[in-house]
Amino acid sequence: MTLAGEASTVGSALIRARLSRWSIAAIAAGAIAVTGILFATTPMQGQVGFLLVAAAVFVVAQTTASAVVEGRRRAKDRLVTSLVVACSCAAVLPLVAVLGVTIIKGTVVLSGSFLTHTMRGVAEQDANGGIYQAIIGTLEQVGLAALMAVPFGLLVAIYLVEYSSGRLGRVVSFFVDVMTGLPSIVAGLFIFALWILALGQSFSGFAGSMALTILMLPTVVRSAEEMLKIVPDSLREGSYALGIQKWVTVVRIVLPSALAGIVTGVMLAIARVTGETAPLLVTVFGNPALNFNPFSGAQASLPLFVFGEAGLPNETAINRAWAAALVLILIVLFLNIFARILARFASVRS
Amino acid sequence: MKLPRHRAVLGLLAGSGLLITACGSDTGGGVGSPSTNPGGAVAITCSSGSLTAAGSTAQQNAVAQWIKDYLNKCSAANINYGGGGSGQGVQQFTDGKIDFAGSDFPLAAGTEQQAADARCKTGPAVNIPMVGGPIAIGYNVPGVTKALNLSSSNLAKIFSGKITNWNDAAIAQDNPGTQLPSLGIQTFHRSDGSGTTYNFTNYLSNDAKADWTFGTNKNWAAPGGQGAKGSQGVAQGVKSTSGGIGYFELSFATQSQIPYAAVGNAEGKFVPLTQDNAVNFLSKANVPGTGGDLKLQFDYATTDATAYPNLLVTYEIVCSKGNAPDKLPLLKNFLGYAASPAGQQELTGQGSIPLPDNLQNQVRQAVGSLG
Amino acid sequence: MDEPEPTTVSMAPPANAPETGGVHASSLVAQPPAPRMLPSGDLSRPARRRGDAIFRMLAQGSGALLLVIMAAIAVFLVLQAIPALKADTTSFLTTLGWAPDATPSSFGIASLAFGSVLTSLLALLISVPVAVGVALATSHYAPRWLARPLAYVVDLLAAVPSVVFGLWGLMYLVPIIIGPSSFLNHYLGFIPLFASNGTYGKSIFAASLVLAVMAIPIVAAISREVFIRTPRDQIEAAWAIGATKWEMIRTAVLPYGRSGVISGTVLGFGRAVGETIAVALVLSANYEISFHILEPGGNTIAANIANRYGEAAAVGRGALIASGLVLFIITLVVNFGARAIVGRSGRGGAS
Repeated sequence: MTLAGEASTVGSALIRARLSRWSIAAIAAGAIAVTGILFATTPMQGQVGFLLVAAAVFVVAQTTASAVVEGRRRAKDRLVTSLVVACSCAAVLPLVAVLGVTIIKGTVVLSGSFLTHTMRGVAEQDANGGIYQAIIGTLEQVGLAALMAVPFGLLVAIYLVEYSSGRLGRVVSFFVDVMTGLPSIVAGLFIFALWILALGQSFSGFAGSMALTILMLPTVVRSAEEMLKIVPDSLREGSYALGIQKWVTVVRIVLPSALAGIVTGVMLAIARVTGETAPLLVTVFGNPALNFNPFSGAQASLPLFVFGEAGLPNETAINRAWAAALVLILIVLFLNIFARILARFASVRS
Repeated sequence: MKLPRHRAVLGLLAGSGLLITACGSDTGGGVGSPSTNPGGAVAITCSSGSLTAAGSTAQQNAVAQWIKDYLNKCSAANINYGGGGSGQGVQQFTDGKIDFAGSDFPLAAGTEQQAADARCKTGPAVNIPMVGGPIAIGYNVPGVTKALNLSSSNLAKIFSGKITNWNDAAIAQDNPGTQLPSLGIQTFHRSDGSGTTYNFTNYLSNDAKADWTFGTNKNWAAPGGQGAKGSQGVAQGVKSTSGGIGYFELSFATQSQIPYAAVGNAEGKFVPLTQDNAVNFLSKANVPGTGGDLKLQFDYATTDATAYPNLLVTYEIVCSKGNAPDKLPLLKNFLGYAASPAGQQELTGQGSIPLPDNLQNQVRQAVGSLG
Repeated sequence: MDEPEPTTVSMAPPANAPETGGVHASSLVAQPPAPRMLPSGDLSRPARRRGDAIFRMLAQGSGALLLVIMAAIAVFLVLQAIPALKADTTSFLTTLGWAPDATPSSFGIASLAFGSVLTSLLALLISVPVAVGVALATSHYAPRWLARPLAYVVDLLAAVPSVVFGLWGLMYLVPIIIGPSSFLNHYLGFIPLFASNGTYGKSIFAASLVLAVMAIPIVAAISREVFIRTPRDQIEAAWAIGATKWEMIRTAVLPYGRSGVISGTVLGFGRAVGETIAVALVLSANYEISFHILEPGGNTIAANIANRYGEAAAVGRGALIASGLVLFIITLVVNFGARAIVGRSGRGGAS
């Protein structure tokens, strides 16, 4: 609506003046100067504060100047561009902080020996020890969870998008949303109360996997559903018009074209679940020694290890916690990159 | 064209999987730190199998040392102590999920004892004392590195929020010659059910009756302050907060270089926290129970100025009968090592204190009669 | 036909050749599938119907199975919660403290629910604008050489486990936040939100910041996925009539992406409200209701469960499960509200 209305001013906008580069630079310099004066005369202080205030002053000044010189539409446009830049910085900053700290602190004890040994017989103030048991535990638990959640979640998404009509589909979709809000600790508590207490099983990696599956499921279904919905109907209709069966359409045409997005969604789900600590705390118990069998006996897990070591008040334990955190991040990173390569191979080719 | 690529990817996956499973070993690796009691290895009888235990964080350092000694000698055994606090340990023991629990307070008579007995089926659950631990009152006051004198009534007032500043007259009065800054007091207590809380509040209830009205409880009942999980959480909180004060077992204070106070006893005398003072207080405890019941009762009314009254004892809660046959040998041998003179001697290097000799004998008897 | 990058970025300002959106349809129509996929003979051959029938049953069965699993979880949890609620001697909804295993049993979720909702709302308040901004940046604003790394970086934020965020929050954010907190209190302390008793650090404010950092990548990833799939022709139509970039975004991209952004936000809320470990590490829990977000204190339902599950006996476990169910209900209400706003949109964007 406004676009059509403003179209009549297009003519004047085309010949209106524009802010030149050097004027923007001048505004930036002015903002820094003003902030400097502000910081010298008021109790405000700190580098972070200086950057924030200078940025704010710059944005305000630029928008005003633009409104005067270029007109309101372009001023709004510049304002939004500045805000988008600010948001990007705000999103990147915490990541840089977290990753930076983890890398700096994690590399203190990270070594080949750390990765291939366990904590069996190692006291917390000893400098040796390692996370081999935790790596194996995490890989097995997450692997089992993905094995259970991904095929099932994909089928549910296919059902929701391709086959559902009316109430059942809406109900299923609604409950998938509801499941998203299930706290991870409640999922863990459910498996604890049902599998470990009521059914009398022991703490095990498999119990942890079940809790993780419950957590992964809604994310997989949701993002798969969104990606499948985005596949244009013309693709399906073209396929049906050529006489192709529905299930072949779904499997050979719809799925592959949405595969890239689905894989991203699945990897996001796996990434989230790899770092879950609370459900594992209740179901897996933790173990300083190696346990290859996820179906019986307490197992270790990387996030559980980080949590445990982080709570200890001595330096060696905290260094181990940071190193394990770094390994955890690297594993998830590897999973992410691997998924993208997979998506590239598997998408539809003619 | 797609398929070979898929096969390559799958092959890579399988290969890396094999590599990962083959390349590690189930040991601590490296040089490690030498055992503080090399002669203690003689006291260990090896068994195979695995034990799972959990509970008191106060004894965590001591148990870790015992496990280390035991596993270094016995490669076929696996012992997993999970911590989590006394309350959690007792609950997991009652649920039958762990083989023994560490708890700083004995099983409460009534429902708690009955539930634990039900888990053991053929015999009652017993409390076997194993580790003594002085409770340090650690603090973080800039400029104060020596031991402050804190009377029991001042402690009660601090931890219930009545004294809020470090330069309060009551504290200054007991510490002439120490420069106390004007700094708000931040108290830290255990947010989980804790035997350390139980024993600390027991001390306050007995020696500061007028000022401590919140009774003896494993759950912190006084208002205010910040909660933290586990002794390590309280220690971390105190360490990182200027003006912080909290209570935790001595090993956590020494590990993190947190200064701790000399506390006032029933008579008001200040007793510094030393191994000897703690052992002295522990030796005054008596065992009112009969038979295999080794619950201790501390003598909080003692006026001995060399008996540090803020103490806890950690019990191993275990089934006297009805232990699984594949776990029983390892259980007896491990606890037997902990109760042996060599094992008890290890405690002094950890900041804990060994049991008095006569009590050690009773404990060894109790462990030997486990079935 | 070249494959588009999975999660990044069709960058182009309108002058460049069109990139990824909508390419699939044209490529497929241009080249018919291999002849072997065409069935021969009678359309009603049993084999043909059988494949469809099996797949249909599989899909419908999965949907039904999901419902069954959800129902089983709900029923089991309710069965565990009811005895505890019966044993509670005080009002479950308005009591502040938590002592379910004491005699008499007394516990309530007032402070917990308040804390959960407050921290999550604050987290969304901070994270959604930032996330939408980043999504716009990576889909439409940044030049291609910058957009790909930027998208990777934001996705990386999702990869960081919550326990690492908790660790980082506890060790770095909490000390850093003391300065700005006292600044806020000094200048804006007349607003009750920023009043304080003088101790800063572990607080609802810190917890909300950590939750916001965790929610950003989720909202941003979903939003970005939807923004880059905005139909090319709508974008070019906006350019064609002389819209500025912001106007193009406002009229072509944002309306198309609205449902995606909202579902991303709901996912982010679910994440924030259910976050356990990071909050447990950063909050110093107490059982009071206070709007002073800069003070130590506050508690959430999830963190309370994590702190108390271990030593909970039967009544205690039931009480924790009951509080978990309340959390469920809160999320339900939010979901319901979001659906009402968005309206379940149909399948497939404009083609």
